[in-house]
Amino acid sequence: MNQDIEARKQELLKEGYEEVYTRTKVLTDAVMHYCPGCGHGTTHRLIAEVIDEMGIQDNVVGVSPVGCSVLAYNYFDVDFQEAAHGRAPAVATAIKRLNPDTFVFTYQGDGDLAAIGTAETIHAANRGENMTMIFVNNGIYGMTGGQMAPTTLVGMRSATTPYGRRVDLNGYPLRMTELLSTLPGTYYVTRQSVQNPAAVRKAKAAIRKAFENQRR
Amino acid sequence: MAFKGQIIIDTERCKGCGVCVPVCPMKCIALSKNVNGKGYNYTETVNDSCIGCASCAMVCPDGVISVYKKKI
Amino acid sequence: MARELQLMKGNEAIARAMIASGTDGYFGYPITPQSEVMETLMAEKPWETTGMTVLQAESEVASINMVYGGAATGKKVATSSSSPGISLMQEGLTYLAGAEIPCLVVNVMRGGPGLGTIQPSQSDYFQSTKGGGHGDYQLYTLAPASVQEMYDFVFDAWDIAFKYRNPVLILSDGAIGQCMEKLYTRDYIPRWTEEERRKNAPWGTWGKPATRDHNIITSLELDSARQEVFNHKLQAKYAEMKEKEVRYEMLNCEDADYIIVAYGSSSRIAMKAMQMAREKGIKVGLFRLITLFPFPTKQLAEVAAHVKGILCVEMSAGQMSEDRALRPLRRYHPHSRRGPGGS
Repeated sequence: MNQDIEARKQELLKEGYEEVYTRTKVLTDAVMHYCPGCGHGTTHRLIAEVIDEMGIQDNVVGVSPVGCSVLAYNYFDVDFQEAAHGRAPAVATAIKRLNPDTFVFTYQGDGDLAAIGTAETIHAANRGENMTMIFVNNGIYGMTGGQMAPTTLVGMRSATTPYGRRVDLNGYPLRMTELLSTLPGTYYVTRQSVQNPAAVRKAKAAIRKAFENQRR
Repeated sequence: MAFKGQIIIDTERCKGCGVCVPVCPMKCIALSKNVNGKGYNYTETVNDSCIGCASCAMVCPDGVISVYKKKI
Repeated sequence: MARELQLMKGNEAIARAMIASGTDGYFGYPITPQSEVMETLMAEKPWETTGMTVLQAESEVASINMVYGGAATGKKVATSSSSPGISLMQEGLTYLAGAEIPCLVVNVMRGGPGLGTIQPSQSDYFQSTKGGGHGDYQLYTLAPASVQEMYDFVFDAWDIAFKYRNPVLILSDGAIGQCMEKLYTRDYIPRWTEEERRKNAPWGTWGKPATRDHNIITSLELDSARQEVFNHKLQAKYAEMKEKEVRYEMLNCEDADYIIVAYGSSSRIAMKAMQMAREKGIKVGLFRLITLFPFPTKQLAEVAAHVKGILCVEMSAGQMSEDRALRPLRRYHPHSRRGPGGS
């Protein structure tokens, strides 16, 4: 924690300023490894803020995926498990079933949740597992260098679709939100973005709702 | 009612992504010409028109901006 | 559930032992010849008595990862399958070993390769004792030879798993899983209380209290130097197992001219062969392996030094006979009777 910054904060409070926003303590001091401007950081922040505001830091377990956010456990000051590629929903299923009073969430990318882990995702949702899955979709495999993901849009260029995604070759992007919404076991599914302040506020409200739904 | 705002930027943690710059309604932040220890052109305030709306803090992926305000 | 004499199948014994040993959770997927494990659990409804969770997963891949998630909260979590399903679980097993999560996996072996056959086999020996998935790791591997041992080894598995923070594999086969034998059941050991869980698994992820740092369960280490240190630590753990946790049984080895080395259902057949040989005046002894990892190399070598010949008997194309753990025996020219699985 930077001493000068702390001192300046105290100064402002003395001058009659009120705190509107500051970094939540549910995030650790570790500097995130994400690329500058990446929405992962924002999404991490929102989840951490929701955990903070709900006062459940001592009763939450997160599951990180394989992909860019594999190291998410270093950034949240909560108990965390790192799952094998795509298996976070299965891992979280057991955490929740064996610890029904604990808040459980997975944090997964599109390669993890919508390609290699599609079966786990669909079955966890369809069993109505009482947990929250945060699906961060950037339309690409980021960690491995920008290859095509199941969510890559038609025409979109990637390391493995250098001339753009072709339907005749690669099929269509998988619409995970719509797919899950058709399952009777899914309680709440929504698509949000973190591209501007209004969207961020909406996304945070959605994350809050998803966590609140775990209350029994 | 009007507000006067102040933001504190943890410049050493800032990655200079610039996401905060266009969302500021008062155009009071910009990327610095100077770089931090990691070599990023960090964000800095360029005038004192801040109203403490926290839009910059909302979109900051690294949570480096703290926002304060008071009534004037 | 006092200690009493019962007649049951090996697979059923596994299920009842799980309940009786205070297991917290079971996650499985049907596969012959071990489906009775989950069937018994579902019929017994332990969630109404001991509070044990039982769930049928969508695949073996999901089941082993459910074991990962549940066991990493410091609870006793188990799964069971048969050879093709265990192959699917290898990824999960290497993650479990890499993250040092105690758990119990039961393999009721059938013949392979591929979909193979549903008849008994012992051809998963290498997969079980040499890691199985990627990386340098070992599973503590117990080989039951009776329905009674199917039952008892579940209790033993929990002690070893939590003592060493390592997955334990009960390597059975279709013959032991399907046969019915008499069995003495044990008194119920209550599931751990919240306090016991926290004491026995301080590394577990159950929600971070303000009094400690956050617990992280992972097998990822990007710093290669630290990964090397971790691997040395794992090897030290396996060395300690070799030192302290080796199990075997010697029958008529004291005066034996010849010994048979076998495990699991092969050892039952070998036992009969030994009796028939003894009736003919041939002094045959049986060295029965109970732990396949750690392998009782030293103990077997001591016996081997006093005999004229050694016969390895197994239901595989010679995986145990080929094991490096038998190398000290090479100067005694062991012979091997191999019967590839399913025959």
